Amino acid sequence: MSDIIAIDRVEGAAAEIMRRASIQIPRDYKDGIKVMVEEETSELGRFVLQSMLENWEAAEDDQRPMCADTGLPRYYVKAGNEARVEGGFVALEAALRRATAETTQSIPLRPNRVHPLSRVDHNNNVGIHAPEIQYAFEPDGDWLDITTVHKGGLFGTDYRMLFPGDGIDGIKRFFLDVMLQHGRRGLACQPAIVGIGLGGGKDTCMRLGKEAACLRIVGEPNPDPEIAALEAELTVLGNEIGLGPMGYAGRSMVIDCHIEVGFTHTGAMPMSVHSFCLSSRRATARLFPSGEVEYRTDPQWFTPFYRREGVQ
Amino acid sequence: MSGLREVRLTTPITDEDVAGLRQGDIVFLDGAVYTAREGAYKRVVENGIALPVDIAAHSNVNFHCSPAASVGADGSYSVGAVTATASFRFAKWIEGWFEASSAKMIIGKGGMSEEIYRDIFVPRGAVYLTTVGYGTGALLGRGIREVVDAVWLDDLGIAQAIWIFKIEKFGPFIVDSDGEGTSLFAKSNREIESRLDGLYDGLKPAILSRYGETTARDDEVI
Ligand code: SF4
Repeated sequence: MSDIIAIDRVEGAAAEIMRRASIQIPRDYKDGIKVMVEEETSELGRFVLQSMLENWEAAEDDQRPMCADTGLPRYYVKAGNEARVEGGFVALEAALRRATAETTQSIPLRPNRVHPLSRVDHNNNVGIHAPEIQYAFEPDGDWLDITTVHKGGLFGTDYRMLFPGDGIDGIKRFFLDVMLQHGRRGLACQPAIVGIGLGGGKDTCMRLGKEAACLRIVGEPNPDPEIAALEAELTVLGNEIGLGPMGYAGRSMVIDCHIEVGFTHTGAMPMSVHSFCLSSRRATARLFPSGEVEYRTDPQWFTPFYRREGVQ
Repeated sequence: MSGLREVRLTTPITDEDVAGLRQGDIVFLDGAVYTAREGAYKRVVENGIALPVDIAAHSNVNFHCSPAASVGADGSYSVGAVTATASFRFAKWIEGWFEASSAKMIIGKGGMSEEIYRDIFVPRGAVYLTTVGYGTGALLGRGIREVVDAVWLDDLGIAQAIWIFKIEKFGPFIVDSDGEGTSLFAKSNREIESRLDGLYDGLKPAILSRYGETTARDDEVI
């Protein structure tokens, strides 16, 4: 048996998760919306959520994307420490870029990626630093996990440098600010999985918040009970604002809140907020050297090893 | 959904059609619509470049969207999903576009300001409908029967080209503007404002404020 993951398997699996992510809403998110339909008090709000459920059905029946806005397709790669890929990681990145271009044409996905100044669009969602590919590692494994996330890009994200003296009050306040500024008129396409990054440097804070929104599933709290309690509290707070789907009066704003923390500067408490929208598109493939590929919707990105705190 | 009224209209949209709509109605369309957004607006309204087609002859419904579409090697079009894009960004061109296109109905995401409805939509007997969700791309994609044309595809690209679609039971949409120029979105905002003080009650202001930023929470960011 080979001990190396074949590069054509990588490209095939990447194309398959691009397709799955764009067409099939993850189970956890859909189940969460079904609960919210029951609890939504506004008639228009219920109509909106019902329409979304119908939309996801139409997407699966017709095999067409659930939303025409492709967002920014990107990849998260997690490699077991013993994993080896044919051609190495340069070949892996080339395969992911090819899969992105190929599925943009074949599904089809809207080519969203343009140069920020010239606005040049290669019509394939590939360009400078696009798609982003981010890596993490896990001990004891010869497998490779590839996750794609197509996150809506324009509204629902913000960053703020808070300080230790701002405390939990400051966190709640900034959370409410972001919900209100992007929840009005439904710009964030809520109900959203709200991811919050706390701590780290600014880039780590943004990364953790985005990963919290996009790589954890609805209904799964942070294993730290103190953080889990804050997640629950913010979910309730977000739904008490009175903003429902599309910004109509209602109570379905936050389907779940996920917080991830990183050690930060002793004088600081930076915070980022990210909203993963009504098209919460993610899909994962695990590739084994045997050639076997397993597909799932839970990226299992946050492991005890990934959140490790000690020196070793 | 007992209280919500469903209306089905065929393009071109007439004055009577618009007059018969009520804020909050659910609308489905038959006939034809076209997409036009900043790329086309800029060319026509700012640069005065004439449209190569008689757009009004095709439809008087402008959809703020760019489709998930691709062009095959044989030049054929394949359209997957269609989703609206936020309309407030097009405010500066909308009056000029009404002049150039004789549009009666704008469909988009999130509505436009009540000021624009009052000053630009109402005098022209035009109405704004919002898409639902907003991610109902698959449902809307289903309503597209045929791509009639993709105007300026080479110049503007897939996202910004003017796509003309034949449609059937295209929707759902929600009526946002009314004959007085009020907006259902703005009304919802006003309803939420009354709760704001209670929400923030007891939360102290941030230690470091942000330079030049507004602190008025009843302001919108658009
Ligand atoms: S925020 Fe999400 S649902 Fe809304 S338009 Fe963008 S991708 Fe679609």
